[in-house]
Amino acid sequence: MDIQSVREAFPILNQDVNGHPLVYLDSSATSQKPVAVIEAIDEYYRLHNSNVHRGVHTLGSRATDLYEGAREKVRHFINANSTKEIIFNRGTTTAINIVAQSYGLANVKAGDEIVITQMEHHSNIIPWQQVAKRTGATLKYIPLQPDGSVNLEDARATITSNTKIVAIAHVSNVLGTVNPVKEITKIAHENNAVILIDGAQAVPHMKVDVQDINCDFYAFSGHKMLAPTGIGALYGKEALLKEMEPVEFGGEMIDFVELHDSTWKELPWKFEGGTPIIAGAVGLGAAIDFLTEIGMDKIYQYEKKLVKYALEQMRTIDEITIFGPEERAGLVTFNLEGVHSHDLSTVLDTEGIAIRAGHHCAQPLMKWLGVTSTARASMYLYNNEDDIDRLVAGLKKTKEYFGDV
Amino acid sequence: MSNVNLDTLYRQVIMDHYKHPRNKGKFEDNDSLTIEMNNPTCGDRIFLQFQLDGDTVEDVKFTGDGCSISLASASMMTQAVKGKTISEALAMSELFSDMMLGKDVDMDEFGLEDIEALQGVSNFPARIKCATLAWKAMERVVEEE
Repeated sequence: MDIQSVREAFPILNQDVNGHPLVYLDSSATSQKPVAVIEAIDEYYRLHNSNVHRGVHTLGSRATDLYEGAREKVRHFINANSTKEIIFNRGTTTAINIVAQSYGLANVKAGDEIVITQMEHHSNIIPWQQVAKRTGATLKYIPLQPDGSVNLEDARATITSNTKIVAIAHVSNVLGTVNPVKEITKIAHENNAVILIDGAQAVPHMKVDVQDINCDFYAFSGHKMLAPTGIGALYGKEALLKEMEPVEFGGEMIDFVELHDSTWKELPWKFEGGTPIIAGAVGLGAAIDFLTEIGMDKIYQYEKKLVKYALEQMRTIDEITIFGPEERAGLVTFNLEGVHSHDLSTVLDTEGIAIRAGHHCAQPLMKWLGVTSTARASMYLYNNEDDIDRLVAGLKKTKEYFGDV
Repeated sequence: MSNVNLDTLYRQVIMDHYKHPRNKGKFEDNDSLTIEMNNPTCGDRIFLQFQLDGDTVEDVKFTGDGCSISLASASMMTQAVKGKTISEALAMSELFSDMMLGKDVDMDEFGLEDIEALQGVSNFPARIKCATLAWKAMERVVEEE
């Protein structure tokens, strides 16, 4: 991977922030966009913009081809069996809510269990809390190991024959833990439960094969994988999606509409009420092309090397506490003794370094870690060792600054 | 390191309140007015207790988790409102909000010189909510009375 040419593809990186060249280490929150994605959206609006699935005119056909072409790219990217299994929506949160409200409310009864883990992002907790509340089911948590990983014995002990749904992050947005989703899927299926995997932090960074995992649902967001905000996808096994009711009703998703009843379009469109996010899907398609050209395995290996370097360098600072397991995806969550993460983030910002501070939408996990907030540096294919060196220098200066004042 | 900007934010007096907060702690009794508020975007928390005598703030204590700005601001707020009437305290909170918006305000009205040090926060939009958390909590607790 030629890191210099990768970096050049991202115009936003080529700027000074607060008088220093930008170091962007907040890709787990959202990724930056390469020229290819920006231009694909630009071209769509300049040349092809039209509504999809209805116009008889030429632009309508082009827009439809582009939109459905993007769906095929997503299908291929995660190796789904059919484009009927790829539902476009706003992103991971929306995708999980579709499953919770459609599959969840229809299939979970009082006394049943929904199983998640304590490392989940709020978007994979709250939809299930709501299903549990409305149905009288119990929400159970697979406990975490001291290093923030999930072990399979704990998963086996928590998932029982009463479990109807298991929902788990593929990669933790705080700890960087890569969960054994294939094995947990097997455990869920042995108990006749369906499993949803929150892939928001996985799909951007590694090869994901939904048929190999054999999961029932898989959710992810475009904006964390070089695409624009507002587009994401839900993968679901065709047999399950077929039986599920839509959660949004209106235009685009209907077959026949009569005065008192209507029928739905076939998959995947019955879940895509209203004019869809056409330009967003086009952008997502371009992002997939960009990632595929480099190669997901190369990206994964590159980030793995970079995060190893980051861990080594950050550990040279005595006052640092690093959370999460040694084997991890490309992010490091940490605290600097005596400096609150907001103060840390502000000081780094004056050095042109962007990191995340706070609870990372994972308050139950913060509680488990015994902290109220943490700082997080998260990497992507456009980061390099210079970025890490700048971060470490910034951390050392922060420590000095707060030691002095 | 370009500490020029930073020094407008982290003034000595702020760090002093952060490291040595005034009125920190809890009242033992059960009849104080209490409120717990958090900043949902960042997780900062404040637990505030007021003891009123009529409409005068007789005593006030706080505990909290948060950054230097939010805890220093809480410490200063408790000092500023102690001995003031509810309406004076509310007026001060409005004044504080104006200061955060970068408006020119009469610092003398706070009756506490230290608060001026927080003026620099208005140049750091991402941190304004840190500074206003304690004041919003105070508004909420006295308005409930």
